[in-house]
Amino acid sequence: MQEPANLPSSPPSTRLRRWLLSLAVLTPLWLLAYAYLDEFATALLGLIGLSRATHLGEAVHFFFYDTPKVLLLLTGIVFLMGIIQTFFAPERTRALLSGKRLGLGNVLAASLGIVTPFCSCSAVPLFIGFLSAGVPLGVTFSFLISAPMVNEVALVLLFGMFGWQVAALYLGMGLLIAIVAGMLIGRLRMERHLEDWVQKIAKGEGATHAPDEDVSWVQRFEAGRGHVREIVGKVWPYVIAGIALGAGIHGYVPEDFMAAIMGRDAWWSVPAAVLLGVPMYTNAAGIIPIVEALIGKGAALGTVLAFMMSVIALSAPEMIILRKALKPRLIATFAGVVACGIVLVGFVFNAVL
Amino acid sequence: MKVTVYGPGCARCQKTAEVVQQTLEARGIPVELEKVTDYAAMAIAGVMATPGVALDGKLVSTGKLPTVAEVESWLA
Repeated sequence: MQEPANLPSSPPSTRLRRWLLSLAVLTPLWLLAYAYLDEFATALLGLIGLSRATHLGEAVHFFFYDTPKVLLLLTGIVFLMGIIQTFFAPERTRALLSGKRLGLGNVLAASLGIVTPFCSCSAVPLFIGFLSAGVPLGVTFSFLISAPMVNEVALVLLFGMFGWQVAALYLGMGLLIAIVAGMLIGRLRMERHLEDWVQKIAKGEGATHAPDEDVSWVQRFEAGRGHVREIVGKVWPYVIAGIALGAGIHGYVPEDFMAAIMGRDAWWSVPAAVLLGVPMYTNAAGIIPIVEALIGKGAALGTVLAFMMSVIALSAPEMIILRKALKPRLIATFAGVVACGIVLVGFVFNAVL
Repeated sequence: MKVTVYGPGCARCQKTAEVVQQTLEARGIPVELEKVTDYAAMAIAGVMATPGVALDGKLVSTGKLPTVAEVESWLA
């Protein structure tokens, strides 16, 4: 049997209607589920015959409450981010940043880093693409620091597990480091520490590829769904592991277990945490179980967030990838400036909170 | 038709090459596949996000795993 060459899948208007209908049903369901998390956890606890008065019951309740909560949040936000990202293709972001001066350009670049899709595997082509379009080096770095560090998964997990204050703190700290580090690198005028082939391309006219501008809403929704499959599909085991660990700590481990070595009185713990984080490489979801454990055992918040940022933003594999485009001195400057920024921010938060 | 896939050889790039090749071949178009892993070549071609795809030297997609429907829309 021969397949017709142009089998028309359902026309776009039908698919759009189907999407809108699904969203109209799923959104209230999502809100309803989110509103009844506590009842759900308590009911489930009753079903297996445990009481919250016991250590075990408290730990299990925490697990039953936090798991659906974080997974719901993650699915919702990642879906939204998938849609938002369709408005900010890298080409678009580059056009917005082209020719921007240091200062304002860095603020814009760090903010766009949150919403532009980014994968460290395309860090080098993106880096060169920015430079060749006339985005200044310092502004490019602001983007490159913010994009992996300040991302929706990290923010959702922090919000779900520690509340909006911690998530907002992380967001603010991340943006600040990306902006200031980029401005510093820009001031140092390190263009000659780019690899020679990069300098050649960056000076010439880079080829530009105009992405298809007319993205339909069906495509945007599909991008959102694809984003959920990709991100939530990958991180859910880490999330559950993190919550299970947190539940154990919640029920059993004494609160001030880590206070002596990672508490706010141990000043050296912030730089130590940052140093420890550099060779470690994992995504935001992978680091959360560790963060949960540290905070649960009495480590200071500034120290733990500094550790988390160091793991996510300063990774050895990404530096090896960037080494193809940057000479060692520029890489060392980049790592040094970002590390100092993270240490400083860690100190400030330990002192203030 | 000459198909160029730009990417450092990640899983998504492999999959992209497969999707494009299969879709074109299902339409009876012979495919000459080229994989570009060199970052300089990617930058010169204007690829800022991998995987990127070019048909007969013209860049048609970057930064995503294309669907069969998308591949067909490039041919139109």
